[in-house]
Amino acid sequence: MKVKSILVAGALTLAMTAPAMAARDYISIVGSSTVYPFATVVAEQFGKTTGSKTPKIESTGSGGGFKLFCGGVGVNYPDITNASRAIKASEMKTCADNGVKDIVEVKIGYDGIVLANSKKVAPLQLTRKDIFLALAKEVPDPKNPGKIIANPYKTWKEINSALPNTKIEVLGPPPTSGTRDAFVELVMDTGAEEFDVIKNLKSTDKARFKKVSQTVREDGAFIEAGENDNLIVQKLEANPNSLGIFGFSYLDQNADKIQGSIIEGQAPTFEAIAEGTYPVSRPLFFYVKKAHVDVIPGMKGYLAEFASKKAWGEDGYLADKGMIPMPAAERENYSDVVASLKTMDMN
Amino acid sequence: MKNIENTGTSLLHPTRQLKRRYRAEKWFQRMGLLAIVLALSFIAFLFFTIFSDGYTAFTQTYIELDVHFAPEVFSQEKLARANYPGLVKGSMRSLFPGVTSRREKKQLYSLISPSAAYRLQELVEADPKIIGTTKKVWVLADDDVDMLMKGKIDRKQDESARRIRDNQLTWIDKLIADGRLEKRFNWTFFTSGDSREPELAGILGAVKGSFLTLLITLSLSFPIGVASAVYLEEFAPENKWTDLIEININNLAAVPSIIFGLLGLAIFINFWGLPRSTPVVGGLVLTLMTLPTIIIAGRASLKSVPPSIREAALGVGASKMQTVTHHVLPLALPGMLTGTIIGMAQALGETAPLLMIGMVAFIVDIPGGITDPSAVLPVQIFLWADSPERAFTEKTAAAIMILLIFLVAMNSFAVFLRKKFEIKW
Repeated sequence: MKVKSILVAGALTLAMTAPAMAARDYISIVGSSTVYPFATVVAEQFGKTTGSKTPKIESTGSGGGFKLFCGGVGVNYPDITNASRAIKASEMKTCADNGVKDIVEVKIGYDGIVLANSKKVAPLQLTRKDIFLALAKEVPDPKNPGKIIANPYKTWKEINSALPNTKIEVLGPPPTSGTRDAFVELVMDTGAEEFDVIKNLKSTDKARFKKVSQTVREDGAFIEAGENDNLIVQKLEANPNSLGIFGFSYLDQNADKIQGSIIEGQAPTFEAIAEGTYPVSRPLFFYVKKAHVDVIPGMKGYLAEFASKKAWGEDGYLADKGMIPMPAAERENYSDVVASLKTMDMN
Repeated sequence: MKNIENTGTSLLHPTRQLKRRYRAEKWFQRMGLLAIVLALSFIAFLFFTIFSDGYTAFTQTYIELDVHFAPEVFSQEKLARANYPGLVKGSMRSLFPGVTSRREKKQLYSLISPSAAYRLQELVEADPKIIGTTKKVWVLADDDVDMLMKGKIDRKQDESARRIRDNQLTWIDKLIADGRLEKRFNWTFFTSGDSREPELAGILGAVKGSFLTLLITLSLSFPIGVASAVYLEEFAPENKWTDLIEININNLAAVPSIIFGLLGLAIFINFWGLPRSTPVVGGLVLTLMTLPTIIIAGRASLKSVPPSIREAALGVGASKMQTVTHHVLPLALPGMLTGTIIGMAQALGETAPLLMIGMVAFIVDIPGGITDPSAVLPVQIFLWADSPERAFTEKTAAAIMILLIFLVAMNSFAVFLRKKFEIKW
């Protein structure tokens, strides 16, 4: 008798907590861990000011986000994916194959990537060439510039006599991270092309060129420190000779402990990145499925909130969080894209 | 007699070998004590670090504003559309009339949390008659001000390295001198869900999500686990198949938990179409994880019931079913309960399997039922540990303290139950 009443009470409790499984009434967003801090602020603002359900945002990485996004159209698939790089052709093909045809691409702003070290030591003056020589797996032989060998450099001074005589130790994101993709593209590729022997490979053997310019060394000088940027900041404090690669927002929030390296004469400040003079900055995007916009309640409102001046404008709250806003003309352009839901050309 | 004289032993004086034996035993005892002291010191260090990082999270800085609810601001019909941030800015300007440049005004406004506008909105919507009056309202201060008050931002550092500028410091000092800035107990931590603003972030969403997930886990894993244990122990024949099942169950207890997450993603979300990030799926995945623990604990406690009980029951005419349900199971239940509570405590701390099913997400709303998206407490800790704002460090440590309190409470309850209902055969 007692067992029966306990069972009945338990079943009733479960029944009370389980409303009917209706269609999804909240926006589902996945994607980049770099855009995550900005998208979450917009989502919270949207939820609070309109009273709609706050969108659910997962930080899966740009690549993981595209995989989920391109899974198909329907309430079981995400509505929006954030990305710290543009969608690749292969990902567009996956989308098209699974029926995701009308995608709206929206650029939201820029993010600077910094190479930071502890404030206990002096900031480093680096060029992209130096960084390539420090981090690539294969570099031109210093004694015979026509040959490419495995990276022999162990200290910064060996690369450039103006740099300190400390061991090369850089903590950076793993290959799944969009920040890593952007860093490789903006710093390593550009640094690699300064060497004639590698530049010539571009016309003769494209695959080898890609391999030499984009592969990061695996002998312990470059340490994959995962996605937890707070951990990287702590490690930098503990070891002043090491450097860390992460987004500008982390530098901004921890400016009392770390400082960014000066790359080609430019320190990573908000103004330098906004003007484009700091060379290592990349655009941030999100992609929307047009088919979901009329089905999931609140999507139009969320998009409007993101594209509003008070969010992504020069004095907006996203700029306060460390995102670099787009110049006014670009903002106008993307505002129009959002308002009209102009889809991408899928070719 | 001759032997004793030759060796020179006497019952009153121990030999060298005996002394060595005593010394060895004493050292062995000391090693054991050292091991325990070392283990306890690691735990003490962990608790101390977390406590020292987290205790400041239980207070929050508030600032008192004189807000004039000017009727012009509420000219529109919908009260929600009024410019509440404008009201906050106006009251800050009236407190510091000397601030004129645009840049300085922006720095002045940034001393107040963005939530102040929502607080004013709540006040007006609760009682629209306050429009036209001036009221004193206590609002949350910005998280940087909070960090300064808790000593996490160093005043003595150079201005360029600090997040609080020198002019902001003078304004804060004036507010303190006027009695308009104070620290209060942080109820927001316990009553609100996640937020991007550290001063607004709370664990209620995660705690409710954990509660719902564990409810599903308990209601599914306990009956299935107990029934499996009873069947395997009492009714199953002893052949190759039952041996195979036993090996598999023991192995499942050692499988890495993220594999269960992949299983959940493949079957529950993709095949069955259950909604992502909900306690239903989370509970199902955690059920799969805790089942082996409950089955193994259940079998052990059933084995411990002496055969004389079973034989006596059969002897007075009970059927096999009645023997098990009326006699064996009630006696084995305390052990099963202990195993279940330990399994639940393990499930409470799991994060990896929930990653694959989407419960690692930014979710602000408090979940209403088992099909609403939610996070669980360990996931909330993981997300906060990854945020750049300095104020999230103390919130993470405070959430870890809450989680540890729950875990310690559950495990202590398990020990208490075991001690109370233990039957010494």
